[in-house]
Amino acid sequence: MVSDRIFGAVVTLLALAYIASATQIQTSFLADPVGPRTFPYIVGSVAAFCGILMVLRPDADPEWPVLRTMGALFVAVVVLVGYAYALKPLGFLLPTAITAAILSYQISPRPGAAALSGVGLSVGLFIIFKFALGLGLVALPAVLHG
Amino acid sequence: MDLFANLAIGFGIALSPFTLMLAVFGCFIGTIIGALPGLGPSNGVAILIPLTFSMGLDATSALVLMTAVYYGAMYGGRISSILLNIPGDEPALMTTLDGYPMAKAGRAGDALVISGVASFTGAFLSTIGLMLLAPLLARIAFQFGPAEYFALYLLAFATLGGIASNNQAKAAIASCIGLGIAMVGVDNNSGLPRLTFGNMHLFDGIDFLVAIVGLFAIAEVFFFIESHGKNTSIGVKLDKVTVPWKDIWDTKWTQLRSSLIGFVAGVLPGAGASLGSFMAYMSEKSIAGEKGKFGTGVPKGVAAPEAGNNAAAGGALVPMLTLGVPGSGTTAVLLALLMTLNITPGPTLFTERPEVVWGLIASLLIANFVLLLMNVPMVKIFVKILSVPPWVLLPGVTMISFVGIYSLSGSYFDLLLMVGFGALGWVLRKLDVPTVPIILGILLGGHMEDSLRRAMVLSDGDWTYLFSSGIAISLWIVAVAGFVAPMFLRGIMKKPQRITD
Repeated sequence: MVSDRIFGAVVTLLALAYIASATQIQTSFLADPVGPRTFPYIVGSVAAFCGILMVLRPDADPEWPVLRTMGALFVAVVVLVGYAYALKPLGFLLPTAITAAILSYQISPRPGAAALSGVGLSVGLFIIFKFALGLGLVALPAVLHG
Repeated sequence: MDLFANLAIGFGIALSPFTLMLAVFGCFIGTIIGALPGLGPSNGVAILIPLTFSMGLDATSALVLMTAVYYGAMYGGRISSILLNIPGDEPALMTTLDGYPMAKAGRAGDALVISGVASFTGAFLSTIGLMLLAPLLARIAFQFGPAEYFALYLLAFATLGGIASNNQAKAAIASCIGLGIAMVGVDNNSGLPRLTFGNMHLFDGIDFLVAIVGLFAIAEVFFFIESHGKNTSIGVKLDKVTVPWKDIWDTKWTQLRSSLIGFVAGVLPGAGASLGSFMAYMSEKSIAGEKGKFGTGVPKGVAAPEAGNNAAAGGALVPMLTLGVPGSGTTAVLLALLMTLNITPGPTLFTERPEVVWGLIASLLIANFVLLLMNVPMVKIFVKILSVPPWVLLPGVTMISFVGIYSLSGSYFDLLLMVGFGALGWVLRKLDVPTVPIILGILLGGHMEDSLRRAMVLSDGDWTYLFSSGIAISLWIVAVAGFVAPMFLRGIMKKPQRITD
């Protein structure tokens, strides 16, 4: 109940914000009858209406994970964001091994197996991507390439 | 006959050694993707698209490869349904109902062979159906103007939201999220940026591949972290695989009926393979009645959903190729592939690029035979692959997703967006908000707005133009009915629960 109400309210607010920012869209002198604003207005209005509907008629709550699992998910997101930033400057092998190992550990908490799968995936995928598919991946940190 | 001439062109392309190799390879990869729990046709195909793109295959080859993967995944989904009681993908859910009890009774091999043959029947008949129906529909589609296309896009969202989800408001919100995202970027008509908030990365808009891989593949990883891979129940052992000729012969009518039902369900925009297997199973169950013992592990209960599911997979290609409107989540992903390859699906595809369409159809026919061979005599190989543990598989999927998206643009911004979509996908699926309409919205949003604006230009701003033709009016009626009717039918159409042991 509560989850759906919160979600509905968030959707409504975002939809209104969306409509508000759509009013800022510049129109050109080559205007067609509809213009660039109308469709965003329609989409925003429908979303806002459905958001209100969800606040009024929510479904039963889903089973949210316990706090610890939520923490693990948050860590996973942080790690993936870090990976996104690290991939270019640090090359493929090192960030991939670390990220894969952490994700693996989070799915099944066994340090040894996780470390092994991290290293294995990193090296194995690099070989596949680089030599079988011919993608231009950089293996090591940019600094080491000189 | 036109048909045979066209097929001759198609086979001319499909039988070239390279294309043939791609089809076989695609079937193999597809079956693996389908069999692995956590990787289904939509996220499996999604993570492979960027890779195919960066491999530099031409349009026909890429399409052949990916549709072979798509068909293969539809076949493969049954393997984990039967052996592990975990559907390898959503359409294979119905196969668990009789497949797993049959496997527990020591007939795992029989269940796999029967379902494999049923998959073949469904897929083969629906490919024939696709061959016959698609050109006809393409001819009708020539009469579609912007008003009709606008109504058609609306119909796709309405039926997808109405039939495939449990709550219309949530499905509508999902569609709006997708459509809203599609608006971001430079406006086609005026050439001015919209809703970019001054962020340079957003000027080109948000790539649909980033959204698809995020929502489907990355979100799946979060689900596995949440459950710590605990959802893996103990599998049933597979001893010897023999062909149960009698069972296959006894289920022939079931297979034929289910193929027909599945094909029709697949052709309907927005319905897709899950509905196909569901309707095929339910109708066979009511035909068999109490004596049929559906749900206790009977061959018909395995044959029906698999024939239905694979027939729907072929049927869903009809609206996708002729109208550019996908019939399911996976065909939405295939549409994304076409768009990436700069092929515009629609009636003109059949006249301007016949080699693409007919090459594809011929490859599907060939892929079917390859899949039958792989999935009946060689099924044991794929059973071995099921033992890949989730703690290796899911990080692997993540890494492949990252590399795929990274190889598209080389920008960290797309990767961040992808992670964001992954988190969003997790929250939305938790709240029972379907994610397929988001994909459809991002894919079709631009076209939908364009057709609305072109319709208004033609009519000089007269809104009644949207309802000015017979085709448009009937599309509007079906759209409204498809959205509203399921609210009343929900009590009757309740999905049976999975067997838990």
